[in-house]
Amino acid sequence: MDIVLLSRWQFALTTIYHFFFVPLTLGLGWFVAILETMYVRSGNQMYKRLTKFWGKLFLINYAMGVVTGIVMEFQFGMNWSEYSRFVGDVFGAPLAVEGLLAFFLESTFLGVWIFGWERISKKLHAAVMWIVAIGGNLSAFWILAANGFMQHPVGYEIVNGRAQMTDFGALLGNPRALYLFLHTFFAGLVTAAFFVLGFSIYHLVRNHEVEAFKKSFYLSALIGLISAVAVGLAGHAQGVYLREVQPMAAAASEAHYETADPADFHLIAGIDQEGRRTTWSITIPKALSFLYFFRFSGEVEGLNNIQAQYEALYGPGNYIPNIPLAFWSFRAMVGVGTLMVLLTAGALIIAWKKYPDKWIKRSGWLVWIIFLPYIANTTGWILTETGRQPWMVHGLMQTKDAVSPNLTPATVLISLVGFVAIYAVLMAFDLFLLLKYAKKGLVTVEADSVPIAAVEAPKKRGGK
Amino acid sequence: MDLNILWFLLIAVLYAGFFFLEGFDFGVGMLLTSLTRKDVERRAIINTIGPHWDGNEVWLIVAGGATFAAFPHWYATMFSGFYMGFFLLLFALIVRGVAFEFRSKHDTPRWRYGWDRAISISSFFAAFLLGVVFTNLVRGVPIDADMQFTGTFWSLLNPISLLGGLTVVMLFCFHGANFLSLKLTEGLRVKAHGNAKMYFTAALVFALGLFAALFFTRSAFSDKGWITLILPVLAVASLIASRAMMEQKREGWAFITSSLAVVVTVAALFFALFPNVMISTTDAANNLTIYSASSSPYTLKVLSIIAAVMVPVVLAYQIWTYFVFRKRIKADAKTLTY
Repeated sequence: MDIVLLSRWQFALTTIYHFFFVPLTLGLGWFVAILETMYVRSGNQMYKRLTKFWGKLFLINYAMGVVTGIVMEFQFGMNWSEYSRFVGDVFGAPLAVEGLLAFFLESTFLGVWIFGWERISKKLHAAVMWIVAIGGNLSAFWILAANGFMQHPVGYEIVNGRAQMTDFGALLGNPRALYLFLHTFFAGLVTAAFFVLGFSIYHLVRNHEVEAFKKSFYLSALIGLISAVAVGLAGHAQGVYLREVQPMAAAASEAHYETADPADFHLIAGIDQEGRRTTWSITIPKALSFLYFFRFSGEVEGLNNIQAQYEALYGPGNYIPNIPLAFWSFRAMVGVGTLMVLLTAGALIIAWKKYPDKWIKRSGWLVWIIFLPYIANTTGWILTETGRQPWMVHGLMQTKDAVSPNLTPATVLISLVGFVAIYAVLMAFDLFLLLKYAKKGLVTVEADSVPIAAVEAPKKRGGK
Repeated sequence: MDLNILWFLLIAVLYAGFFFLEGFDFGVGMLLTSLTRKDVERRAIINTIGPHWDGNEVWLIVAGGATFAAFPHWYATMFSGFYMGFFLLLFALIVRGVAFEFRSKHDTPRWRYGWDRAISISSFFAAFLLGVVFTNLVRGVPIDADMQFTGTFWSLLNPISLLGGLTVVMLFCFHGANFLSLKLTEGLRVKAHGNAKMYFTAALVFALGLFAALFFTRSAFSDKGWITLILPVLAVASLIASRAMMEQKREGWAFITSSLAVVVTVAALFFALFPNVMISTTDAANNLTIYSASSSPYTLKVLSIIAAVMVPVVLAYQIWTYFVFRKRIKADAKTLTY
């Protein structure tokens, strides 16, 4: 294995892992802020308990997001130093600003929120949670502005073989980045909505704190449905724009090998990567043209055609990404997304029908819907990042040229194994705690305000 | 003053801020398990930094981001060159971060004390590795004409950089103990005070040793000459002043002067480096400087405007958080909340 492949695996795994925690942080922050605001406005203790309950789960998740996030920032320099040299002038700026403008805000005020319950006024405390939520989502904007540049570079010129920023405004207004942000923003809300919905069902089925969890259920169903529809719309707009600026990635997501007008849509297909064709497929005639142009005609360029253009433009080479991965990731994401719209719509009907007993009793299995957004989030990023290959920065730098030349395979293997090991262990602890608190429900909130066990440390090292 | 110098200064300020703030909370982390075995007291110790440590850590993230944005070659050479060092640092910071969040969320003794030990050990390694990295930065590392690091992991582990690592550990323990005696009450305050005395001696000896080693072997200090001695002398003087303030039970001043010692130490490193950002032991012509490693003037200008607006705002709200949590913390299960 070479350092490019190992570094790619490391980056992919640490990023996917990081993004297990990020969307929930992005979305759940709003939920906690809304609930706390309801508490401040109504004075109703139930909302305070709900705030603390979901807030506790927010914190457990947040910690994991933070510690895995530092890894991301360092890895560009550690594993991708040539990339960092090449784009640092453009790409570094949003990362630096993210820390200064957003992450400082989020983490500093979260500290105040955790420890500040008795120290600052109720109103200020609720405002602090809003700042945390805003800070987190601002972070996402800056990171996606950086990622948007990798997908569709704008606002730069090449000077002495390096990308130099010429227009900061263009970098921030990059449509590619704005679509990414909208899509991610709503994906965060959907993730949080399903998290809240799933655990609310868990408690409703068991008749725990029914009144409180009905509130949670209703809130998450409502926000969930709106966001699930919005995430789809933002995703669609993103896809349409993708065809314009990254036609290869767009065609990859559809396994669309041959240019056609009108173009058919493959619902599912068998893919022959070597032969650069689909072997069989179930298609909807003209539907791909319709998706891109909103009419049943319009030329959609195929992979083979774009490959020929890129060879003419960038020299010989294979510019086609991993098609089955892109194709099936896209289908998994869209399929799960559609399912989530239906589920939240169903949940709203349950709420409007005043939670009929016979329905609630049979919905215990619905706890598992918590995992759905995670599937969609992960496959979405797999599509975005692998669909861009072989480019690190679309059209400017290939991934194989971006790696740190001084690394040895052994070094990267050690860090890769190290990250995988610690991340696996932490996932176990994280799930243990999340499940423990989520299952116990609101009762833990009061018990936990004084969390001190009146015990002494063992005298012997490692003993009980 | 051009923008390259401004950004070199700003990055120095960010690292100084990080060492000052995270310095005491790394120190608190290291002292956590040795100061007491009582869970209530440990919770009180953690609560002294509880609201702040995450915000403090962001200083490192912003310093890293600013290095990336303003001096991409510096960021690229340093982070790829010190690959294993940064990997281990990340590992320590990961463990430390989750340990703070997880330790109180389950109540078996094994869980609590396991995570407490994780806090102490990871704080130690994080501080130690930072010392190793920064000592190597001023000593210089092999770098070729293409700005590529040509050494190995082992070339970073030389006696002087190990001494640098231990110096940072001792300095942070002293600084952290000062912070604790300012923030705690009764028995714990006394214990922290006693610890500070102990770590003062160690920090002083190690710091003198380190500065002497850097001055008498080849490094940015010896390259530049006697003028680089001014700041180390000031740092050591601050350290001694801090000890004197402790003697008079003026805990506020003891903390301020130990903070000064930390900040001036970082300043000494950056002053010795300037105008280089990475020193090549292969050939001085391969040094990365604030000009050869930097971003374009346009990028530096954009960053400067943003920093000019945001840095004061960040400072204001971070100071506000210390004001909100200014009270001493009593190790009493009834009043300890979080």
